[in-house]
Amino acid sequence: MIPELGHFAIALAVVIALSQAIISIWGAHRGDARFIAAAPALALSQAMAVGFAFLALVWSGIVSDFSVINVAEYSSARTPLLYKITGAWGNHEGSILLWCLILSFCGAAVAVFGRNLPSALRARVIGVLGLVSCGFLLFTLTVSDPLGRIWPPPSEGQGVNPLLQDPGLAFHPPILYSGYVGFAVAFAFAVASLLEGRVDAAWGRWVRPWTLGAWCLLTSGIALGSWWSYYELGWGGYWFWDPVENASLLPWLTGTALLHSAIVVEKREALKIWSVLLAITTFSLSLAGTFMVRSGLLNSVHAFANDPTRGVFILALLGLVIGGSLLLFAWRAPVLQPAGLFAPLSREGALVLNNILLCSIMAVVLAGTMYPPFVQLIFDQQISVGPPFFISTVVPLAAPLMAAMGLGPVLSWKRAAVAPALLRLWWAALASLIVVLVGFYGRLGWAAVGFGAALWMVLSALAEIVERSQLFRQPIGTAWARLRGLPRASYGAAVAHAGLGVAVAGMVGMTLASHSIVLLHPGDTTKVGNYDWRLVSLTSGAGSDFTARIATLAVTDARTGQAIATMYPARRTFPLQQQTTTDVAIRTNGFRDLYAALGDERDGGIVLRIHVNPLAPWIWFGALIMAFGGALSLSDRRLRIGAPVRLARRRAADMKVAAE
Amino acid sequence: MSAQVPQKSVLGRRLLLGAPLAVLALVGGGWALMLRRMAGGNFDPHSLPSQLIGKKVPDFSLPGLDGGVAMTGAELQNPGRPMLVNFFASWCVPCLEDAPMLNKLAKNGLPIWGITYKDKQADTQRFLSQNGNPYARIAVDQPGRVAIDWGVYGVPETYLIDAAGLVHWRFAGALTQRVVDEDLTPLLRRIGA
Repeated sequence: MIPELGHFAIALAVVIALSQAIISIWGAHRGDARFIAAAPALALSQAMAVGFAFLALVWSGIVSDFSVINVAEYSSARTPLLYKITGAWGNHEGSILLWCLILSFCGAAVAVFGRNLPSALRARVIGVLGLVSCGFLLFTLTVSDPLGRIWPPPSEGQGVNPLLQDPGLAFHPPILYSGYVGFAVAFAFAVASLLEGRVDAAWGRWVRPWTLGAWCLLTSGIALGSWWSYYELGWGGYWFWDPVENASLLPWLTGTALLHSAIVVEKREALKIWSVLLAITTFSLSLAGTFMVRSGLLNSVHAFANDPTRGVFILALLGLVIGGSLLLFAWRAPVLQPAGLFAPLSREGALVLNNILLCSIMAVVLAGTMYPPFVQLIFDQQISVGPPFFISTVVPLAAPLMAAMGLGPVLSWKRAAVAPALLRLWWAALASLIVVLVGFYGRLGWAAVGFGAALWMVLSALAEIVERSQLFRQPIGTAWARLRGLPRASYGAAVAHAGLGVAVAGMVGMTLASHSIVLLHPGDTTKVGNYDWRLVSLTSGAGSDFTARIATLAVTDARTGQAIATMYPARRTFPLQQQTTTDVAIRTNGFRDLYAALGDERDGGIVLRIHVNPLAPWIWFGALIMAFGGALSLSDRRLRIGAPVRLARRRAADMKVAAE
Repeated sequence: MSAQVPQKSVLGRRLLLGAPLAVLALVGGGWALMLRRMAGGNFDPHSLPSQLIGKKVPDFSLPGLDGGVAMTGAELQNPGRPMLVNFFASWCVPCLEDAPMLNKLAKNGLPIWGITYKDKQADTQRFLSQNGNPYARIAVDQPGRVAIDWGVYGVPETYLIDAAGLVHWRFAGALTQRVVDEDLTPLLRRIGA
């Protein structure tokens, strides 16, 4: 009964979403106040309907209703409660429903938090979100039913994929999807502004918090996914340039670019057309990323079973959403006039450089990801593009980005000079140079340059705060007052930039990792890094739904013989799912990870994959700092909803428009 | 705003700003083509072509279900008429979906031999009594070793063997009407069933 009610709720949501789209957009177009006023209520009721359907799916999972195909295939009576719940989105149909849920929540969020928007603009934004919602709910309803039944029901379900039985991954999809889908709001703002034919400073100010929120979530989502693949897959790496990973990186790159270009729109009313295009592109890449990977077109270990009928539906939907918005863009964007002019060397110029480099990185990653299927289509040849391509193309583009990142924030708007800016950063530059030289002396090679760049990013972010507060120049009391008076957005930007520096340090550290794959018998010792690894014993164990082989490894310092750690890497076999997972043992001291994963047993011994990864935890810690910086910036009162300053400004803007 | 912009330059700018749309059309067209060929079976980005296609069935010997007749590679290397070999298990939900189609094919006179993969015999019997038994013969591959020799990477998986014991076709997943109509039936006609 509950699944049928959920099914009905989806059908209801389709109808509400459609009316939300038509009534809001038509109402805004005609200037009909009653229709415009209906938009928020429709967005809220759509969110309630989709929310009910999603709860119905979660409920079916909790009570183990195996007559629901999804529950039968991805859950079982023995599955722990947490995974019975998270199993709801651990499969194609459920994850698409989650996607729709978040999208409907975005519409509701605009309805609730967008009270200070001009009501016609808000109605258009809600209408565009409703239109997108309608398409994907229709997809759920027709070809991707999450609540479909099977008769007769199996007596026991297949169980959750053991790889997904992990708290980190259980919450990865909701966070990642919130990031993906969050960009829908920026997209809706872009389309709404094209419909209105007006993009101004206020647009930049309204779009920024939504973009920032989505960016924080996407950053956390990507970091969580990368962390999961590090400790769960047991391959010793953190990023494999797999199509699914790339699909999440692409919107992150353009979203980051949008974040920066929206500042220029807000402060200088320049880059308007470009920002609108970025908003459309970012959401398009999110859409393409979520759906094309899942249609099975890209060869990935993460891909679901492919189903061409579904793929065709998705492609048509993507064509309508992306094609429609780009057509509108080509038609309406040319009449948007740039207002603010600036010299190439200025804060705006630096942000343009940031955009160019980020979009170039996006282009090469996109090309590398799409190349194999297109080569197969045109030349009927199977090839694969691997990490060497991505590393050799992305790093040369990322290097100038990192260099400019430090310089940009200290440049002045409109026109700037490099020399005074560099002068303010001399100590950051000097310290980074020293690190590079020391690194070269220590035979680190290119990694030395990487560490120098990482330090440069952290110090130049610090320098910007010092510069703005005039610390060391003014009396300490004045400087303190200035520090306190700095807007949170400035701190947020500095923290996020420094966070990237920390993450880059971690990535560079990983290039210096030592690793080896060895066959050890109990009692054997091998040396990896500066450590001796001794296999003490090999034992068996069991959990609620798996059996395990557990190795005991004693790690000692190779020079002093001092005991460092005892580690227990394991291998779990899940009989129900016929699957084996590795349970990686990781010991960290914050500066290096000891990493051991168990392989197959052979001739009484066992294959061990052992890594010593310098600075590995910094990668995710840095990403967390970045997301925190974004959140800090989001809490800035200038962006906060209903701040009196903004109202006053908006009135002024409205009056200006009226005067024109 | 638009009044200040000369008409001609607007057209030029429209063409320029239409470039993203053109890129989308190109990529979308490519994807559409891929999906069409994928549906037609001419395009598979995941294709792990079966090593067995065009070769004889590998040697093996497996016990029959519940002490039934044993199954050997030799029998399949010269079966005398085209037939299907289906790897399945009672614990797999796609096998449940596969069952009606196999029953239909068996009823139409196509011999199907089944090999259970890592399954308990009692469970297999219950599965067959609930979902019908399309199999002329059933062997038990409890350790899954024979499945490895065949290159099976999941159940259900179905192989088409001709009268001389050559493998012509392999399909991973539950057979659908579409796969039967577009792939299996034409192949059967070609190898003369």
